[in-house]
Amino acid sequence: MDLTWTDAEQAFRTEARAWLREHLELWREQCGGVIHSGDTREGFAQHLVWERMLFEDRWAVVSWPKAYGGREASLWEWIIFEEEYYAAGGPQRVTQNGIFLLAPSIFEFGTPQQRDVILPRMAAGDDLWCQGWSEPNAGSDLASLRSRATKVDGGWQLNGQKTWTTRGAFCTHLFGLFRTDPASERHQGLTYLLLPLDLEGIVVRGFSRLDGDEGFAEVFFEDAFVPDELAYGTPVLGGENKGWSVAMATTSSERGLTLRSPGRFMATAERLVALWKEAGGPPHLRDRVIDAWTKAEAYRVQTLQTVTNTVEGRPAGAETSLVKLWWSELDVQLHEIALDLLGPEGELDDQWSKGWQFSLSGPIYAGTNEVQRNIAAERVLGLPRR
Amino acid sequence: MRFSFDDDQLTFRDAVRDLLVKECSPDAVREPTRAVWDALAEMGVPTLLATEAAGGMGLDERWLVLLLEEAGYAGLPHPIVETAAVAMPLVAERVDAAAMITTDLGGPIVPWASEATHLLLADGPGLVLVAGRDAVVEEVDTVDRARFAGRVAWEPGVAIGVAGDRDLAFDRGAWGTAAFLIGLGQRMLDLTVAYVNEREQFGVPIGSFQAVKHHLADAALQLAFARPAVHRAAWSLATKSPDRTRDVSMAKAMASDAALLTGRKALQCHGAIGYTEEADLHLFLKRSWALARSWGDASWHRDRIGAALGI
Repeated sequence: MDLTWTDAEQAFRTEARAWLREHLELWREQCGGVIHSGDTREGFAQHLVWERMLFEDRWAVVSWPKAYGGREASLWEWIIFEEEYYAAGGPQRVTQNGIFLLAPSIFEFGTPQQRDVILPRMAAGDDLWCQGWSEPNAGSDLASLRSRATKVDGGWQLNGQKTWTTRGAFCTHLFGLFRTDPASERHQGLTYLLLPLDLEGIVVRGFSRLDGDEGFAEVFFEDAFVPDELAYGTPVLGGENKGWSVAMATTSSERGLTLRSPGRFMATAERLVALWKEAGGPPHLRDRVIDAWTKAEAYRVQTLQTVTNTVEGRPAGAETSLVKLWWSELDVQLHEIALDLLGPEGELDDQWSKGWQFSLSGPIYAGTNEVQRNIAAERVLGLPRR
Repeated sequence: MRFSFDDDQLTFRDAVRDLLVKECSPDAVREPTRAVWDALAEMGVPTLLATEAAGGMGLDERWLVLLLEEAGYAGLPHPIVETAAVAMPLVAERVDAAAMITTDLGGPIVPWASEATHLLLADGPGLVLVAGRDAVVEEVDTVDRARFAGRVAWEPGVAIGVAGDRDLAFDRGAWGTAAFLIGLGQRMLDLTVAYVNEREQFGVPIGSFQAVKHHLADAALQLAFARPAVHRAAWSLATKSPDRTRDVSMAKAMASDAALLTGRKALQCHGAIGYTEEADLHLFLKRSWALARSWGDASWHRDRIGAALGI
């Protein structure tokens, strides 16, 4: 056990910190000092400018190969970058569903052509990917999805509807699950497809999330034709009718490390401590502030263990369900206390109330926390399924 | 950066685990004898932190933390935290390697006060060592009957001053108790998982009900995040980190909360059988109640974390 960083890792941290400080300031200036939510059309465009700045100096996808715009950072350096990113006040990553959810599956299952064409354009923000999994009648029970893709001459014909598609109205491409074997049920006969959203027969309609931003979209497919030959070759990722196992590879990254690293919660916890001081240090809320800070730090410490295990060839399994429970409930707790500190001022539509509303989605998305508790009980503890 | 244990540390842990399975069954917790203590002493566990010059093993907290978790898992009815984590690093050269040492640094109800061969006691800002026969022990009845606790006094003249850092001794005790609590919590969870897999109502194992699953997932969750905090505190102690006190307090606050929550969930999921002394659960449950509130309870330790955060 050695909980110290190497000189090289320290240097990486210093470099990231300096770059972030300088460029965040530059970006805010370019935005005229007013930064809109990345889940609005106006704010999305601002955030794309930021993504471009990250990409140009190889900070957009630090852990990726250099050929795709990364700097081949280790998992440790990635953790460090995330810490520095959020500590510096870096904005939400509007490209995250591509780079954190889709990209791991492309690295694992993609053809060389898919990798070579999709990944650099994704890193640069040239192609913007959204996730097409949930449907009006398939949420936690994703395997009940009904959107279908039928093999036709030279491509696929798509029919059906996706929904809760984050930033779908602003994206250019969709990765989704479609039923390709009409006789199949549940997890069988699904295919993972990668497709541009500007095809005929696809209609995207944005709608408001809880906080009023147009962060969601529903996507309608009506005899939409997806050709077999796209700029990146086949639209099929990982083989026909193998969509479920390909998709599960991304859910484990969504639940585990890659989507919600400890850095962002540590940064929120530090801001909460500062907020408590600004509020005049109300004694009746002190214990709750410290408890929330402690839980954020505990997530950071637990992650050091997870990363060690991953690096040493013992990747996390079902216990990623516990991790998702921890960060999602921690995020709610952090913001709840902030609103209590703000008191009546908490009603104002600002950073904390925005964060509070967003935190409430955490126990719902990426598999509801009820489903996570079932998974933890059955696969970590070994309780009977029925 | 490497947050895991070495093979030697895990091998030592396995050896202690095997010993405790044999020598510290629930029956042995109900009717304690010294046999298990002598066996642990033979393996060098109580003197693990003491220097080799003082007859110890000269190892550090990264080794001991796993052993204290095992002791908690077994519900060991002896002062292993008080002896191995707190006292021996300070007094090993003055006592026998099998000495059983207790202390009042964790609170005025001193566990195993009559049984201990020595007592390490607070004396003003310092510490003194008193031989068991010289201490005046007023025995008390405790909820956990394996604690054999008492209130302790001593006559002037019998105590020998102990040089050393009392704050460090306290931190080691709080941290060691946190490790013991993690073991207790894990045992309560394991007992309950086994029970709900076996116990049938409405024609199915009760563990198949979501209400039961969610209780136990909550317990597993708290333990899963408290344990790394306890391991990190072991590192902070072993390396004399400037964050030692904060890290120890984080470990104790989280372990206390996790063990208390796990105890509630375990009792609820055991149902009526859990509310008896027939089932083994109570052996671990009652110990967790005592330990969660000795050496500073969760709120007390959060207060110290707050001080470290400057609030």
